[in-house]
Amino acid sequence: MNKTAALIFTEKGIYCPNGNFYIDPWRPVDRALITHAHADHARPGHNRYLSTDIAAPVLKHRLGAISLETISYGETRQIGSAIVSFHPAGHVPGSAQICVEVNGEIWVVSGDYKTVADNLSTAFEPVKCHSFVTECTFGLPAFRWMAQEHVFGEINQWWAKNAASGAVSILGAYGLGKAQRLLSGLDLSIGKVLTHSAVEGTNRVMRQQGIALPETEQIMPETDGKGQSGALILAPPSALGSVWSRRFGETSSAFASGWMGLRGVRRRRAADRGFVISDHADWSGLNAAIKATRAENIYVTHGYTDVFSKWLKSEGYNAQIVPTEFTGETVDIEDME
Amino acid sequence: MKRFATLISQLEATTKTALKTQALVQYMSLAPKKDRLWCLALFSGRRPKRTVTASQLKEWSADAANLPLWLLEETYSVVGDLAETIALILPKADKKYDRSLTEWIDDLRLLTKLNIEEKKQFILNSWCALSDQERFVFNKLITGGFRVGVSQKLMTRAVAQATSKPEAEIAHRLMGNWTPDQTDWHTLIEAENFTADFSRPYPFFLSHALENAPQELGSPTEWFAEWKWDGIRGQVIVRGGDCFVWSRGEELVSDQFPELQKFLDNIPDGTVIDGEILTWKDEAPLSFNLLQKRLGRKTVPKGLLQSAPVILYAYDILEWQGQDVRDQPFQYRRAILEALCDNKSLALPLRLSPSISFQDWSDLEDVRAKARDQRAEGLMLKNLASHYQAGRKKGPWWKWKLDPLNIDAVMIYAQAGHGRRANLYTDFTFAVWDGSDLVPFTKAYSGLTDAEFRQISTWVRKNTLQRFGPVRQVTPYHVFEIAFEGIHESLRHKSGVALRFPRMARWRQDKMAQDANSLDDLKDMLKIYG
Ligand SMILES: [Zn+2]
Ligand SMILES: [Zn+2]
Repeated sequence: MNKTAALIFTEKGIYCPNGNFYIDPWRPVDRALITHAHADHARPGHNRYLSTDIAAPVLKHRLGAISLETISYGETRQIGSAIVSFHPAGHVPGSAQICVEVNGEIWVVSGDYKTVADNLSTAFEPVKCHSFVTECTFGLPAFRWMAQEHVFGEINQWWAKNAASGAVSILGAYGLGKAQRLLSGLDLSIGKVLTHSAVEGTNRVMRQQGIALPETEQIMPETDGKGQSGALILAPPSALGSVWSRRFGETSSAFASGWMGLRGVRRRRAADRGFVISDHADWSGLNAAIKATRAENIYVTHGYTDVFSKWLKSEGYNAQIVPTEFTGETVDIEDME
Repeated sequence: MKRFATLISQLEATTKTALKTQALVQYMSLAPKKDRLWCLALFSGRRPKRTVTASQLKEWSADAANLPLWLLEETYSVVGDLAETIALILPKADKKYDRSLTEWIDDLRLLTKLNIEEKKQFILNSWCALSDQERFVFNKLITGGFRVGVSQKLMTRAVAQATSKPEAEIAHRLMGNWTPDQTDWHTLIEAENFTADFSRPYPFFLSHALENAPQELGSPTEWFAEWKWDGIRGQVIVRGGDCFVWSRGEELVSDQFPELQKFLDNIPDGTVIDGEILTWKDEAPLSFNLLQKRLGRKTVPKGLLQSAPVILYAYDILEWQGQDVRDQPFQYRRAILEALCDNKSLALPLRLSPSISFQDWSDLEDVRAKARDQRAEGLMLKNLASHYQAGRKKGPWWKWKLDPLNIDAVMIYAQAGHGRRANLYTDFTFAVWDGSDLVPFTKAYSGLTDAEFRQISTWVRKNTLQRFGPVRQVTPYHVFEIAFEGIHESLRHKSGVALRFPRMARWRQDKMAQDANSLDDLKDMLKIYG
């Protein structure tokens, strides 16, 4: 019997020959299965899309009129001779690990994932498989996250101190996922939360689909910048230090990202504060997730692939790097969480 | 040490100078005086003698974190700082010791008396008992080099505020080769008579680059011009029967320039001269390349004294007949200096940096264009009424440098940066054409914006031909304009040339690899400017 692998790496992306579909492809294809709506995973131009029902509204919001089918977590669907299911990845609302089974051989593609629960996204669930394609954005032992309650405490303290001195706090965070997670942890007794339009767009879509988010007020061109003392502004990282942010008078700025765990990156970003909070797994999260899959073959992508695969090999896994030419353009990892 | 760790956190938690100053003033007012002194020492690079090596720290921390050493090394190369790397990978503390900064430093210094096993026990125990931030500070006490954005100027201002003394006085007090062992807070900062230390230099007065046309400086009759020489800025002190030579980096370099000891007995006691140390032959400066051979040595071999003799090219006089004359106008100081250098200096390794006379600013532009023929970097403009101030100030003095040299080169290797640029490719090797071959001739790692670095990093990842450890050989495709300040012959380099201060001036996206310059172009530059 001519047995092809359940998934193979091609120039367009991860491909399933038996189902004739791609997972998070970076060139236009007929059928794309999408782990989540971040731009480095969900690209425009495919004929047909399949995503979780929770990810669907944001996906449409970002990609416009696409032909989109949805699937629930845990539901199985046959595509060609492959059986496909989506499982919670804990990265952003609706994010999924995609499981593909062909002739009893099971592969899981992690997309981006985070192993600790955050009260916003459906919590990560390990899926047993033979081969696991894992991201490793933070695949170095220097990356270890504190509990999110601790980080929220730091953020609220910073905000309260700024508010007490009449300053506006500007918190930079990626607009899909991170911003909403932060929002859910802010202490609204301190003051008002204002949003940049890039953040508010996603907020609106999520509220419509029934995800509970605290009240926010979008900053409009006519918003009085000087009248916002004590408020906290959620904005995408690119807005910090821009002309846009200068209208608010006295401000204190901060970024919320896993990269803020490194002093060097904090200095480069030149914000007042850096809060270490990520929607990706940290070192121990990655290792625990990989172990929990019981997979023998680990394919690493997205991040410190050289070092992380070497580490996995030393731990006894059959680990390989997804070749660079098969991983599409590397995004600006710092802004893309 | 909690207070000091908190200070470091506060300094790291803001980019605003006012808030940094506030945190420092608080520390300098409230911390125990011994700790204040150590804080001053640490922030000015006076770290305690090292008692544990970097490789011991690596080994022990990898052990404690249960990680292989190679993984620690890889992590370190991304984080860019060993003290931070170790603080990040260790398991959380399970005990707590509360000791002052000085007590920790004393403990660390006592380690010299212990054997290696005992040292290891002490370090491991300490790691277990310190919070993340304290652990980082503790490691820094061993490895040295706090980079918390506290300049000498900022520290000076904070101490001045904490003690209600003038900044210029504090700047002067903080100069020289004091150590926390030889002095205390009172003697260094508070005592009335602080000039008892004969070796103490004055703070150097530094200038900014001229931003606008010189015409905007006003009437040329109010200004003095001289060459900006390309050597080592130095201060020579003749006091108390001794002669001390300080470099601008506040390093005592008397032993590296023994010929300057001739100033003793030939120049009156109580004289301090500011000037440029240059290699010198036949009444003209030699290349900076040659001067470099004189640096970083404990003793200078005879042969080198002959092949690379130095002089002090005098710019200014700061002390005369035992009096601090920095508050006198430049014109007055220059007159003293001219008289001093006039008579006997030909027998000494001392020359007066010549003044350049000019009627109007446009004369001076023509002169400046010829700076390279003089082996000068450009011109210095000094207001005739200016006092000799402390630190880098705008207004009374300006440097008016030559435009850099430049050449278009092809990027052939890329290496990831660390620290600030941990996840970007920022260190590049550049080549020029030699026939159909590309010959590497320089590295450069600065000059692009972060956005450009991100863009080129993405390209590097996709266009790697081969990897050599952390270095990637990339497709020869992108052309960059490399700017540099000087060029000289180098036998160590395959290209035969070495550049001074190379950096990327521009990413020439408009040029193809074949449009880059050739090795012959470089060699022509060497002939003209080398
Ligand atoms: Zn993502
Ligand atoms: Zn991603």
